[in-house]
Amino acid sequence: MVTTPRAKPDGHDITCRQAVALMTDYLDGALSEDDRALVEAHLGECEACTEHLRQIRVTVTVTGRVRDEDLNPRAREDLMNLYRRWQADREP
Amino acid sequence: MRGRLAIAIGTDDRREHSSSPGPGEGELLARLQAGDEEAFACLVDRHHAAMVRIARGYVRSQAVAEEVAQEGWLGLLRGLDRFEGRSSLRTWLFRIVVNRAISTGLHERQHLPVADSELGDDGGRFSQDGWWVTPPVHWADEAVDRMVAPEVAARVRRFVAELPPAQRQVVTLRDVEGLPSADVCDILGISEGNQRVLLHRARTRIRQHLEQEAVW
Repeated sequence: MVTTPRAKPDGHDITCRQAVALMTDYLDGALSEDDRALVEAHLGECEACTEHLRQIRVTVTVTGRVRDEDLNPRAREDLMNLYRRWQADREP
Repeated sequence: MRGRLAIAIGTDDRREHSSSPGPGEGELLARLQAGDEEAFACLVDRHHAAMVRIARGYVRSQAVAEEVAQEGWLGLLRGLDRFEGRSSLRTWLFRIVVNRAISTGLHERQHLPVADSELGDDGGRFSQDGWWVTPPVHWADEAVDRMVAPEVAARVRRFVAELPPAQRQVVTLRDVEGLPSADVCDILGISEGNQRVLLHRARTRIRQHLEQEAVW
């Protein structure tokens, strides 16, 4: 069965799939000026893609919380011992 | 314009890890080269946990990742006199860890090159002509407070661990450690384009998991 592509809804120069595909580049500031303008125009008109972008931003923030771990004290002690051994070998 | 205003939340509040308090990198390096143990301790506190997380992307166990990170420190100490400051100390250190982790991972037969499937599709979320089949359910604004709870971080750690290797490595450096794109490409030896595709896929998957947390 052949599907006839729908016309793009008014005001959309790029599709939602294209907008979503460009979001990481958009957040990285890696898009050309033209592409950035297309994405921003799309976001201005498309609540679904805007929500998706918000969710990606929340995702980035939440992923950044993963690093809040204390260093295992035993690992720290092992490393300080490693340093001392290295220092002892190094000294003439 | 509603959309433009609405996207003004988010990554601007990402922590700039290099601005952590305490002595600067240049000062620590000089002190380390002069044999100051405290400078080494300071660098360990700053970078070791990240080095283990990075190594974990390549090797099969936490214990092996700890060993790789430890070898990374030894690599730093042994190369100290040769360090020319062309990259930041952190980038250099992370690159040593990645190289060690790759050789260890190869030995374990765990390291895989970027698979085509990791650069793949959008999971059927869009119709053939490119519009949402099911638009995203709204949760970003409502869920943001809940999402920063420590127990959610623990689950996100698991989501990250379950990503395909190349995605896991990129998202660990970019979003967990907060490194800029150029440093990540330098450390992993990949192109900016590939890096962003992998980051995009990783974020998309983590977002899907978070959606399940947020919507019930």
